[in-house]
Amino acid sequence: MRTTAKAMLMAFTILAVSGCAGRRAPAELPPVADSGYDANANTGGVANAVVPGSQADFVRSVSSDVIYFDTDRYNIDDIDRAALTSQAEWLRRYPNVRATVEGHADERGTREYNIALGERRANAARNFLISLGVDGARLNVISYGKERPVALGSDESAWAQNRRAVTVTVQ
Amino acid sequence: MQKLTYRCALVALTALGMGGGALMAQTAPQTAARPAATTPAPSPTPATPATPPRETVTGDLGAQARTSIVITGFATPDAVATPAGNTSALGIQIADVISADLERSGLYAPLGPGGLRLVPMGEVTAPQFDSWRPTGAESLVQGFVRADAAGNLTVGCYLYDMALGSELARNGFVVQPRDWRRAAHRCADAIYSRLSGEAPFFDSRIAYIAETGPKDARIKRLAIMDSDGANHRFITTGQSLAITPRYSPDYRYIAYVSYLGDRVRVYVYDVEAASQRAVYESSNPTFAPRWSPDGRFLLFSMSVAGNTDIYRIPIEGGTPRRLTDNPGIDVGGSFSPDGTRIVFESDRSGGQQIYVMNADGSSQQRISFGGGRYATPEWSPRGDLIAFTRISGNFRIGVMTPSGGGERLLTDDWQDEAPTWAPNGRLIQFFRTTQGRNGRSQIFQVDLTGVNLRRIPTPVDGSDPAWGPILP
Repeated sequence: MRTTAKAMLMAFTILAVSGCAGRRAPAELPPVADSGYDANANTGGVANAVVPGSQADFVRSVSSDVIYFDTDRYNIDDIDRAALTSQAEWLRRYPNVRATVEGHADERGTREYNIALGERRANAARNFLISLGVDGARLNVISYGKERPVALGSDESAWAQNRRAVTVTVQ
Repeated sequence: MQKLTYRCALVALTALGMGGGALMAQTAPQTAARPAATTPAPSPTPATPATPPRETVTGDLGAQARTSIVITGFATPDAVATPAGNTSALGIQIADVISADLERSGLYAPLGPGGLRLVPMGEVTAPQFDSWRPTGAESLVQGFVRADAAGNLTVGCYLYDMALGSELARNGFVVQPRDWRRAAHRCADAIYSRLSGEAPFFDSRIAYIAETGPKDARIKRLAIMDSDGANHRFITTGQSLAITPRYSPDYRYIAYVSYLGDRVRVYVYDVEAASQRAVYESSNPTFAPRWSPDGRFLLFSMSVAGNTDIYRIPIEGGTPRRLTDNPGIDVGGSFSPDGTRIVFESDRSGGQQIYVMNADGSSQQRISFGGGRYATPEWSPRGDLIAFTRISGNFRIGVMTPSGGGERLLTDDWQDEAPTWAPNGRLIQFFRTTQGRNGRSQIFQVDLTGVNLRRIPTPVDGSDPAWGPILP
């Protein structure tokens, strides 16, 4: 089981590196500057030295810290499972690190509904992490609705990137 | 700190004469101008009033369909300095506010006060109808502003029918000088009500969200302003996201959602005390606050393990009562004016639709059945209509009856969202968002015909307007 998961993680790491983020994931990923999460921002030490257990270590270690959703949906599909499985592995390795799962929606929804929708998405991700053995007490949830898009355009590609749940470690 | 407890007393003009000599006759329109002090000031130009930018009119009744009204600069018996400026300048500014209000209603084509001759004090109650006939106007508005020894302003406001040559309405308002715009709004309300038969709405305020900054890091601040955009004030600093405000019916509080401390929570902000408290202590997010018409209860939506339902809580706090119990997203809500029913949105059928229920949560019933989705229902203060956002391609503002009939869409743009009713239920404000990386949100207003559409000017971009009732 563990070996399978590792193999999947490897496979998806390769996919992520090659820029092919999967079936439902957005065709284009936003430029790094727009991502909102600077992988180098939290190294906690010398430049280029990633501290184990840090946010940078988390982002580098998991197949993806983001999962994506279809319009108005919040189900976890196979690609999401692989990403969340890699997240759960990392979180089990660092049991003292807490995390927040952020739920987001695209701009083509009304504001309050989108907050509720982001809650659904973040909770779906959180529940899956718990099912993989992560203590729920370590996992916060917050929905930003459509307030914090990562892609700024008003087209299907941008909206697909914004319908997401992002796991962020609390350092 | 500006207070919302304005003093704005309605006084019978017939009683005013006792103060500073007979300013006007009550019954005899022929009363001559008082001698001496009626010489018009040589320069009628007001000292550059700080008028907000004009609205952008994007749709309009043709001028011929609007009732033409002459509005003359208000006279003053004595040009006196007040904290709000000289009464002679105030007279022009008050007429300017009345003129702008009536124009913005979409029903009237005001003429003046700019470009019109100054009316001396004595002529206020003895209008020279013949001198205004060349304008072709159907109505004439005149008035006066007077400072009294106690430091208050008295504003008298007269509406005349040009064809009949008779008085239609007279009103007087005593205000502190800083509230001079309220006297103008109340005068405009009296004129609007007398001519249209509709309830007033100008003397009211709006809470909204002021927006600045880039799309992915937008700064959103709670702000308030008069119904015409004047007396604007920012309330929150923008350090935390603020969204979806609602004025309490008495204007003492604003309920809104803040992301303070990286949590999503409903706060009740005390306008006078400039303090706030969370309405319900919970680890679950609370959002979408709505006041009951009597101001004693708040509705809010709360997500528990990802499932959102609507709750009701006494304003002083306590145990919330859950009104919906459904695995779908039940969110928002808006009380009927009598407080007995609530309209809300739910995606229990698979997409957002509009439902009504009793105020205790019983008898939940779907009322929207058109194509697409229906969201953000708001019950009209008149009770006759429900405004909503319809999502079907574009996001459009529409209205339907509380039983779901008579649907009419009032706007058609890329993304119009979140209607809020004018106190009289005849106009709707909402926010319009434009597409793309530089997309922005601005506040617009439309009347129930859908014809009179215009942008409401705000110092920066705006969203989530929430119109309060007529000021107490």
